[in-house]
Amino acid sequence: MKIDPAQLRTVLVTDCGSTTTKALLFERTPDGWRQTHRGEAPTTVEEPVADVTVGALHAFTEVQELSGRRILRDTEPPFVPGAAESAEGIDLYLSTSSAGGGLQMLVAGVVGTITAESAERAALGAGAIVIESVSADDGREDHERIERIRHVKPDIVLLTGGVEGGSTQHVVEVAEILVAAAPRPRFGSTLKLPVIYAGNSAAAAEVERILGSFAQLSIVPNVRPTMDREDLGPAREAIHELFLSHVMSHSPGYGKLLSWSPVEIMPTPAAVGDIVQQYAQQTGSSVLCVDIGGATTDVFSVFPDRQGEPRFNRTVSANLGMSYSIANVLREAGTAAIKRWLPFEIDDNTLRERLLNKMIRPTSIPQTVEDLFVEQAVCREALRLALAHHRALSVGVEQARERGIADIFRQSAQRYELVDLMRLDMVIGSGGVLSHAPSRMQAALMMLDGFALEGITQLSVDSIFMMPHLGVLASVHPQAAREIFERDCLVHLGCAVVPVFSPRQRLTGPLAQVWVDGEMVGEVQRGEVTSVCTGRTGSATVRVVPLHRTVDVGAGRGAPHERTVVLGACGILCDGRSRPLELGATSVQQQERVYRNLGLLPVR
Amino acid sequence: MGQALTPQLTVSACQLLRRRRELPIGGEILVAPGAVVTPDQIVARAFLDGELHLVRVAEQLGVTAPEALAAMRIAGGSSVKSGDLLAELRSVWGLFRSTVQSPLTGTVDFVTASTGHVGIRAPKRELQLRAYLGGVVAEVESDRAVVIEAHATIVQGIFGVGGERIGVVRGLPVAPHEQVSEAHIPEQGLQGAILYGGCSPTLAALQKAACAGAVGFMTASLDDDTLRGYVGYDIGVAVTGDEVVPMSVVVTEGFGRLALSDRVLEVVRPLEGKQAAINGATQVRAGAQRPELLAVATGTLVQPSETSMSLQPGCTVRLIRVPYFGEYAQVEELPPVPQQIATGAYARVVQVRLRSGERVLVPRANVELA
Repeated sequence: MKIDPAQLRTVLVTDCGSTTTKALLFERTPDGWRQTHRGEAPTTVEEPVADVTVGALHAFTEVQELSGRRILRDTEPPFVPGAAESAEGIDLYLSTSSAGGGLQMLVAGVVGTITAESAERAALGAGAIVIESVSADDGREDHERIERIRHVKPDIVLLTGGVEGGSTQHVVEVAEILVAAAPRPRFGSTLKLPVIYAGNSAAAAEVERILGSFAQLSIVPNVRPTMDREDLGPAREAIHELFLSHVMSHSPGYGKLLSWSPVEIMPTPAAVGDIVQQYAQQTGSSVLCVDIGGATTDVFSVFPDRQGEPRFNRTVSANLGMSYSIANVLREAGTAAIKRWLPFEIDDNTLRERLLNKMIRPTSIPQTVEDLFVEQAVCREALRLALAHHRALSVGVEQARERGIADIFRQSAQRYELVDLMRLDMVIGSGGVLSHAPSRMQAALMMLDGFALEGITQLSVDSIFMMPHLGVLASVHPQAAREIFERDCLVHLGCAVVPVFSPRQRLTGPLAQVWVDGEMVGEVQRGEVTSVCTGRTGSATVRVVPLHRTVDVGAGRGAPHERTVVLGACGILCDGRSRPLELGATSVQQQERVYRNLGLLPVR
Repeated sequence: MGQALTPQLTVSACQLLRRRRELPIGGEILVAPGAVVTPDQIVARAFLDGELHLVRVAEQLGVTAPEALAAMRIAGGSSVKSGDLLAELRSVWGLFRSTVQSPLTGTVDFVTASTGHVGIRAPKRELQLRAYLGGVVAEVESDRAVVIEAHATIVQGIFGVGGERIGVVRGLPVAPHEQVSEAHIPEQGLQGAILYGGCSPTLAALQKAACAGAVGFMTASLDDDTLRGYVGYDIGVAVTGDEVVPMSVVVTEGFGRLALSDRVLEVVRPLEGKQAAINGATQVRAGAQRPELLAVATGTLVQPSETSMSLQPGCTVRLIRVPYFGEYAQVEELPPVPQQIATGAYARVVQVRLRSGERVLVPRANVELA
């Protein structure tokens, strides 16, 4: 059904998360499109309610009450139709979803760094969580792979392998492993597991013969037709189709929810990815966006490749989160890494027990400042680990430039990292711990620390977690989505100025000067984190001048660098700590100083 | 504001429970509607496909896939016994013979031309489904599931490990606030027991109970070190139930040193010596499941009402976050407007009176109905 954006005046959008369903009302005002009201209610996919529409209706009711606008009626669909000049009803309902744990996928390929990695990118780009990745060269024995696959319960399997015209043997082997493991689907245990084959087309018939007995097989074009080219679109489309027909159809109440909207439900991460991509494209910026939720941390980035083309990447660090999987952050980072961010002492057992209790009671919130700081320390580690994961997967692929004899026979492709923090224009934080931090400075510091930012970077947060809503709105009205994104979604905190130097360098005196619109406003002191408050908001040109020839602020060692930023509540965060961030034995005192400098320590 | 249900773990002496027991694939239901079943009774069974074993014939013979195919002596669909010849290769004018034998008895599922591999499927294996909840068969769903109904005692925990087990309830000689040590575990008579009592059992206590044949252990709290030692690894996500542990463990209060609640003791004590089911499986999100102890009840039926599931003045709550973690309190007031708490955040709060008499304001997100 074609929707005419010009006819839209009032749009209601929900995001059905694992914990809460958030409804936002977007309205066309004389001032342009704005987000006007918000409602929230617990998501009700689980027993005893087991119907997602119940939670959605609760959220709509809250929007109705807060806005004073009659939205709901007793018939299906439950929305009062909007009309010109009317103060009632809505014109369109849209939704995204990550309820039920989101879309969970198993990917399998032949070579881990080639086809399996392309498969993972395809799955992540479609909004899935990759719960396991298997490749013929992953170093595991057959029985180890089979055992591992048996433990997971994917919604969909994506099988890839072999470039076009290449060998078929290895991808068929991987298919044999799959049938030996016979993974069971998470939902609809009587139905066949959906498997998408996106590998060498010459192997398709044999793969179909092997998998046909236990899988519902879809065959799509190869995600890696040649060594140096990826074609992820067809696989992503197939994943999305199966997401709707298989995963969503088994989630309680989603059939009814689907019937309320003429636009397909999008997976939440896919919607967030879309709005990030669009914004980066429209502004010509490189962007890093993180959505840190209760169970997973999504990282989205747009960085230029070596040809200067903006490349979008998304990763999901499944099992790194602030509630359901907070203990996993503890397990991966360790207590020492978390404690190093705290401005007070805490013993390991107390720390571990607090986090485990949060894991089993995920909807509880910090009640004391100390407890809040513990959670925010965990957030830093989750961000750090998630970025490392993202960097590893966000790679550019190009044919080796210098083709020697070995290259010709090897037909190798060169992989290189796309993420370059020195070139990063903007970081956007989303998710409760960042968007709803009691102080904006806390959010800014978490991102500065967690990502170990470098150079000059705009710091922003998603004000009330509306990026998924804007992502799906953008699919029908990109202009409205952009207006709301810039005016109501993004809260600009300020900018981070981080001169980069080696910790082994003996540098005396300040590292760099900071100038705003031609006026010097402060200096970056080695080892210190301070905030320069200019008393201004809005757009400004920040220029950073290194005071040592070995210090790099983004334009090369010793060279001044400037960027246009939007100043905010946090001013200019000047971080004089060397990179990589090393917090040593005196970290409690160091952190106490940082917190005090930034006004974060409570008055006792 | 929209309604929100306050979290609550079910602890009831006698409640009508319905449990759906489902086979993973179609099979045979062994009971009829109206039948009375015990927890350990087999109510359904199915025959699952045997495991598929991959035999890499080409690699074992050291030849290419087409050569391996030419050497095959079996075809897809044929039955083989362990040791039967799968492939044979003669070389050097037939002087040398290499063979590949079947590692198991089963059926040849496939022979793959492009890899030179053989897939052999083991014979079907029987899966037996127990009732778990003793009661009456209320419904039978074709060849897949049975619904069992019973007036049951149920104690839900907050976290557990280990799957379903059936045993006999036995209390430990330990006070509710006392740490369970090895000395509290009886030397005799633990075979098939579901133990309960105390808090924060030591690893030695759990291991002693498990070695003595206990199948379940319900306690107030658990230390992180003990959990890691008992399961063998750190649990990072609250999705449990598949751990390979000799005894399922259910924790009712949380991690740390917390006392077993009066309410749980009041409900569990009458089960002494009775058959019960315990399940440590926990899934906190995406299909929430809490660990539990179940047994057939004989007391007066108590049906939970809507009011008993919502926060209101007079009800008792458990506080689930520091600085009051583990304390019980009575709700006095529910301020309608969000208020600023010590962290600086705004939250909907509830005023409660602790057992000490102190009145405190806590976020509604930090209480559970007790």
